[in-house]
Amino acid sequence: MLRRNIKSTRSFSITASLGKWTEIPLAPPDKILGISEAYNKDSNNKKINLGVGAYRDNFGKPIIFPSVKKAEVLLLEKETEKEYTPIIGSKNFQNLVKNFIFNNSGKDPNGEKLINEGRIVTSQTISGTGSLRVIADFFNRFYSSKKIIVPKPTWANHIAVLKDAGLEPSFYEYYNTSINGLDYEKLIESIKSVDNETIILLHACCHNPTGMDLTNEQWDEVLNIIIEKNLYPMVDMAYQGFSSGDPYKDIEVIRKLNKLVVDGKIKSYSLCQSFAKNMGLYGERTGSISIITESAEQSQSIESQLKKLIRPMYSSPPIHGSKIVETIFSNEELLNQWLTELNEVVGRLNTVRTKLFEKLDGSIYNWDHLNKQRGMFIYTGLSQEQVIKLRNEYSVYATEDGRFSISGVNDDNVDYLADAMNKVIKESK
Amino acid sequence: MNYFPEIKELPPDPLFGLKARYTKDSRSDKVDLGIGAYRDNNGKPWILPAVKLAEKKLINDDSYNHEYLPIEGYKDFVVNAGKIIIGEESVAIKEDRIVSQQSLSGTGALHLVGKFLKDFYHNKTAKIYLSKPTWANHNQIFTSLGFEVDNYPYWDNDNKSLDLQGFLKAIEDAPQGSIFLLHACAHNPTGLDPTEDQWLQILNKLSEKDHLPLFDSAYQGFASGNLEKDSFSIRTAVDKKIFKAPILICQSFAKNCGMYGERVGAVHVIPSETNEKLNNAIASQLKKIIRSEISNPPAYGAKIVATILNDKELFNQWQEDLTTMSSRINKMRLKLRELLINLQTPGTWDHIVNQTGMFSFTGLNPDMVKRLEEKHGIYMVGSGRASVAGLNDGNVEKVANAFDEVVRFYAKSKL
Repeated sequence: MLRRNIKSTRSFSITASLGKWTEIPLAPPDKILGISEAYNKDSNNKKINLGVGAYRDNFGKPIIFPSVKKAEVLLLEKETEKEYTPIIGSKNFQNLVKNFIFNNSGKDPNGEKLINEGRIVTSQTISGTGSLRVIADFFNRFYSSKKIIVPKPTWANHIAVLKDAGLEPSFYEYYNTSINGLDYEKLIESIKSVDNETIILLHACCHNPTGMDLTNEQWDEVLNIIIEKNLYPMVDMAYQGFSSGDPYKDIEVIRKLNKLVVDGKIKSYSLCQSFAKNMGLYGERTGSISIITESAEQSQSIESQLKKLIRPMYSSPPIHGSKIVETIFSNEELLNQWLTELNEVVGRLNTVRTKLFEKLDGSIYNWDHLNKQRGMFIYTGLSQEQVIKLRNEYSVYATEDGRFSISGVNDDNVDYLADAMNKVIKESK
Repeated sequence: MNYFPEIKELPPDPLFGLKARYTKDSRSDKVDLGIGAYRDNNGKPWILPAVKLAEKKLINDDSYNHEYLPIEGYKDFVVNAGKIIIGEESVAIKEDRIVSQQSLSGTGALHLVGKFLKDFYHNKTAKIYLSKPTWANHNQIFTSLGFEVDNYPYWDNDNKSLDLQGFLKAIEDAPQGSIFLLHACAHNPTGLDPTEDQWLQILNKLSEKDHLPLFDSAYQGFASGNLEKDSFSIRTAVDKKIFKAPILICQSFAKNCGMYGERVGAVHVIPSETNEKLNNAIASQLKKIIRSEISNPPAYGAKIVATILNDKELFNQWQEDLTTMSSRINKMRLKLRELLINLQTPGTWDHIVNQTGMFSFTGLNPDMVKRLEEKHGIYMVGSGRASVAGLNDGNVEKVANAFDEVVRFYAKSKL
């Protein structure tokens, strides 16, 4: 046996040894980040990048929130170590996330009760994607169903992340492009038709990519179905603050869920959250997961299992972003500054949204949906062909589902963009 | 209904659990020889001067921002990290045979490589062979990905030295095309590395059997103070061109830059033949894994390391910092041995100075370690691994006396 093995080793030619690896197919480039790459290569000086969801100021430049920069300067002065945090992040970070989100900084007695009863387990994660990955892996291991439904459409990476962790994602109806609006009846119908105990992924606010959120009443109705069918709510909150400009106002669904848990109507739900957008900490990968549990005792078990899951993946989370968050939250002046800056950022997005709306030709296409959508994106309703045409003929880069990142628009390019969009629509009529 | 009916509370991770017990201990003269992070001579964590300078330079730079990195990571970082580990003049670089991907430090690198191998290594039944003993996390990194894990002999406890013959025999006996995880330098937990000659024997034997070498490089420059010396095993494997299998490297800057919590690391895949298509395929598949797990790697730490590697002055400062750390640790090794010899503590203690890196595999057994913790407030891993970085002029005598006490205590009870 041994002899034969050795012989076959010798017979490995160069091509055979290459053959070991040439089975590796080229994976397709990521849709969203691929657009940035194409944009960077374009030499047209009028080019516009409406692809990636990162904020740009009115000059088309990335910003650092001044409050974040101040926190970094403070850190540079005061930081004395760069040690590992615990596997699930520092206690301080966990606690401030709990207080900020679930207690709504002292404004949600239900959330406060859950915190005090030890019924919330929080772990720092590698921003939003990392939070989804960990929570999905956790559900794959411990939850009764692997089925998870996500809105149609949803963030391009959701399906890959959930599948990769072993869950079985499918869609629930959400949006109808032919009317550029929420397809609420179908949404209700499709949620009602799934198996009991299915996990349901809910975008807390600023639905990505459509920007179209449920109204208060619609949330209540959806949550009622969740109770009736015993679905498990998993909330993805990437844009807290981007709907109203105020992070405390954008978490209505969290408040509703907290109340349902306290009232005993549901026992558990989960949250994936990130500071990527609302603090502009994109590349620092700062976010968290929280699981609302049935008891303090169960919290202990869940926390220990989360640690077991994370330890062999990456051991512990990166500290720079979380230290910035901790610094800002520990200093009231900085905290208020950040809230003001966030409000200004969202204000600019809304101004640009209105400007674009005004310059678009409403006589050839109904753009009313633009003003209903919230957050970083507008979901134009343009077809794939139209988006490609915008790219090829006007150097306007966006994902082929017609999602435009509104922060790529500014005073200098809004006319050019509106003109290009009007032309493309006219030509395809 | 119970949503998570099967869930049970697990014991804490041994290393993080140890740290938690240490933190809780109220004795003022407690000593932490547990987790592997450098301490200065006052027992305090140390931010390398090179790192502080780089941070200052970085955040005052006009182009500094917090944008997403590309999925493959910060280019300036990954490219230079590759040069640091295999050498700027490496034949693999000249022949365009290196594919690099930023990772979440060492663990993230190992996890990524494991997942990649699971999906694409031709030998679908290949086991991963780990040294016995090895870093506590290695085993679960690979078993959690569905690998079968096996061991190769490494530490000869009787002679407190390398079991070279056992190691070589395990390489010989392993089915052809197995995966061998090798500690590039400063073996964790024993601190014992093969000599250059022993490395040659090991690498030759691995290539004869067409095994795949997977290097874990967590301590480059930290062990000897010299980056080149500490990457001897890797550079030899690459330069000799004896492997038909690709060479995989998991690299971390946690220890050698003192950037533990910043999670800076990289994976380098070095195929044996130049093939651009293959490089692209490997890169694209690594990116696909990253995209679905974390989207893109954390920026700050990578930018700091890139700043150091790109700036001659900062680079020189870093060299100095490496010497500061490695020479202080060596001084403590010598001191501890000297004290134990003076105390005439039963046993031999030369291994403490022959070992390198952050750790010493003391040879103390689990009972002795337990007694060290309970009676003396000295915390170390049950295997007898002591983080030498936890020693300083203020506590080394206490530690030597305590070692002496526990060794004699159990020697006596044996009689």
